[in-house]
Amino acid sequence: MKDMYEPYETPDGRTIGGCLMEMKNITLKFGGVVAIKDISFDIREGEIRAIIGPNGAGKSSMLNVISGFYHPQEGEVWYKGAVRPAMKPYEVARMGVGRTFQNIALFEGMTVLDNVMTGRLTHMKASLWEQALWWGKAEREEVFNRDQVEKIIDFLEIQAIRKTPVGRLPYGLKKRVELARALAAEPSLLLLDEPMAGMNVEEKEDMSRFILDVNDEFGTTIALIEHDMGVVMDLSDRVVVMDYGKKIGDGTPDEVRNDQNVIDAYLGVPHE
Amino acid sequence: MNATATPTGELCSVPALLRRNAQKYGDRPAYREKEYGIWQSWTWAEAAQEIEWLALGFLALGMERGDHVAIIGRNRPDHYWAMIAAQMCGAVPVPLYADAVAEEAAYVLGHCGARFVVCGDQEQVDKVIDVQDQLHQIDHVLYHDKRGMRKYDHEHLNWLHDIQEEGRASHYRHEEELRRREAELTYDSTCVMLYTSGTTGKPKGVVLSNRNIIETSKNTSEFDHLRVDDEILAYLPMAWVGDFIFSMGQALWNGFCVNCPESAETMMTDLKEIAPTYYFAPPRVFETQLTQVMIRMEDAGKFKRWLFRHYMDLAKRVGPQILDGKPVGMLDRMRYALGEFAIYGPLKNTLGFSRVRVGYTAGEAIGPEIFDFYRSLGINLKQLYGQTEASVFIAQQPDNEVRADTVGVVSPGVEIRIDDKGEIFYRSPGTFVEYYNNPESTASTKDAEGWVATGDAGFFEEGTGHLRIIDRAKDVGKMADGHMFAPKYVENKLKFFPDILEAVVFGNGRDRCTAFINIDLTAVGNWAERNNIAYASYQELAGHPQVLETIRSHVEEVNASVAQDDMLSACQIHRFLVLHKELDADDGEMTRTRKVRRGKIEEKYADLLEALYDGSETIFTKTEVTYEDGRKGSISATLKLVDAKTVTPRHHEVAAE
Repeated sequence: MKDMYEPYETPDGRTIGGCLMEMKNITLKFGGVVAIKDISFDIREGEIRAIIGPNGAGKSSMLNVISGFYHPQEGEVWYKGAVRPAMKPYEVARMGVGRTFQNIALFEGMTVLDNVMTGRLTHMKASLWEQALWWGKAEREEVFNRDQVEKIIDFLEIQAIRKTPVGRLPYGLKKRVELARALAAEPSLLLLDEPMAGMNVEEKEDMSRFILDVNDEFGTTIALIEHDMGVVMDLSDRVVVMDYGKKIGDGTPDEVRNDQNVIDAYLGVPHE
Repeated sequence: MNATATPTGELCSVPALLRRNAQKYGDRPAYREKEYGIWQSWTWAEAAQEIEWLALGFLALGMERGDHVAIIGRNRPDHYWAMIAAQMCGAVPVPLYADAVAEEAAYVLGHCGARFVVCGDQEQVDKVIDVQDQLHQIDHVLYHDKRGMRKYDHEHLNWLHDIQEEGRASHYRHEEELRRREAELTYDSTCVMLYTSGTTGKPKGVVLSNRNIIETSKNTSEFDHLRVDDEILAYLPMAWVGDFIFSMGQALWNGFCVNCPESAETMMTDLKEIAPTYYFAPPRVFETQLTQVMIRMEDAGKFKRWLFRHYMDLAKRVGPQILDGKPVGMLDRMRYALGEFAIYGPLKNTLGFSRVRVGYTAGEAIGPEIFDFYRSLGINLKQLYGQTEASVFIAQQPDNEVRADTVGVVSPGVEIRIDDKGEIFYRSPGTFVEYYNNPESTASTKDAEGWVATGDAGFFEEGTGHLRIIDRAKDVGKMADGHMFAPKYVENKLKFFPDILEAVVFGNGRDRCTAFINIDLTAVGNWAERNNIAYASYQELAGHPQVLETIRSHVEEVNASVAQDDMLSACQIHRFLVLHKELDADDGEMTRTRKVRRGKIEEKYADLLEALYDGSETIFTKTEVTYEDGRKGSISATLKLVDAKTVTPRHHEVAAE
């Protein structure tokens, strides 16, 4: 088993490291409905890992298990070499798991800058009093955090909308702001829930570029759910395929593409 | 002429001006750039130090006298510094248009034989790597922005700041050589080489000497009383001669501060934050800003709209007179002051024009309404006339003698003569040395006495001595019946309508005039939104019957106005069509400075042009388009040809009677 996690270099020169997160025999039920049934897979450091599947396959549930929003009835989540106990989502966030949402969850009335600043919250240590009086640690932290945020704004090329309230932005840009906020937390694992849903081709191209750049420049491990197969196959190093709560495929895009189970699930087969 | 006998004393090169500024204005801001949300600034002393290190680094890389150093990127202090550093080494900077596609860049890089290329970012590096296989003369590529560059083969590729650090470390070794090279620079050394976009043919490399740049900067700075505490925003392409004069020549001569925006998209915000005192923009920028103001006012509440209209009417009546220092009644002056407090001041602040002392526009004719709008707000907007070969300035408007329809008086130090065909010739200290490696073109443009043909037709107005430009001399033609044909005159009138972005009028050698028209997506799109007209694309909106109807009413208005002019009344438009795509520099239909390439368009859309004359109702057409990444595709459309009413000119009526 061990040699599976030997670091290796991808053709485009990125290094994929050891196991960052491992899901072991996860089963998630809502009452009598089984959303995820005995699924195991891993996410390696530095890779882009996609979870795909038809509607209702349990992809979002899976992502919510990883982010600590749902607690599976059975199975274990291993993170950085240890079993992760049941945690609140904010505790998971503090451990370095950041995420974006399928239906954008930004503060509409706040500016882009303020929204991205909220992503730094887990890095702020100053007490309420220090913050209220703008004294001691508070000021130093604000300056440092603003600098970090500005670098992300520069990276994602959203300088022009820095002071624009999020509510006034078009959909594609909101998605980018959400990515910025997630990045501001400096996550070691970034979860993207349908980052390209509802985008046009040009916006998708931009977003793909940014996802690759984030992975490349910051070395962030990325797990993403996406419907657009073309995008998934181009972006990811490895793909997990789910259908009706079960894992039906796992491997490189090429392996998955030629897997009969996957073809059947996506294209449908006449049942004999 | 003796190279040392300069009217500017010792200051016979750009690096010499830098040294003076570092001494005289050491603590004053020289360059600012907004990065990471903050305006970073460098004083003249700091900038001089940075530039010297960079020059030392260039020497360490083996830069020789006379080498060409290409610079491709947006306006950033480092790019200006690279130009001065190259000059210090005795090399010649050649700024390129940052948005040029690879083939265009390849031509220029190959023509000037650049050994060094300074790139802004990965995009530009990719462009250079693309063409490097055909051009073997490029020895070193330097880049400023590190993003995405990690995986490139760095054998001949360097981060600009690493070179600077190398220069700093090796200063003992190279300092003496640098001093020697700087001392060799004379008034006649080449200061910069700029490629003209050229409405026809391949771009030509215009060689400008230190004399050209420094004397022009000196004369025009005195003309407009520019000062050390002026501020400019450097946002126009670095390859354009205007930016070189404003951000290099005049900035170094006066020691004022050059501010670089954060990115092209933030330009308007940055403009507002900097509030420059000296500003230049092509008419298009002023048009866009005015359109935006008007659109936003439409969305304002009733009272605000009333207030805006009320005070804008007042401004239109007395604003320009107050600006020109002409007598205006006491009551109107007081009302204007109130307007300044309520409307004009805040509006100027929003536009970033609060502190503008001297503003210029040039390149194209500006609509009189647009021009007057800005002047009535109290912004000293003026026009100038110039070209690359003249180091910009040929004619410009002095304060208090500003009108929309002239380009002003002859610039200081410039002589103008107009030949019998109406073409304008000039001679000035700014007149270029030569076209690089192109003696034929040099000889055909500049005669032995130094007179240069502008290619523009114009005349001096009686009484005021102001110069008026009619059109490009070669575009002025004759119609089949012998009437004068001046397309630009009509096109400009059309373009003054906010709905019309671009127009191309045809009729040379034909019996009547026709036109291609581009709608302005911002203005027409806004109108469509207001009137609940759904559209999915530019093409769909451009073909909408109501849009065509609106454009027709504009054309007919223009026809009525053209009919008033005795000389040009035959240029009325009988038939027109609205094009299914915007004319674009990437498709070769316009120059990078957005001037239409008439011949190219006539050739490319020959089918459409024919349809305008053969009486068809509609025409199906397929057009090749180039995407921003250089790929090609095509779009097809069925266009409707629209007839427009024309007006019988006055003198014809008389003749008929």
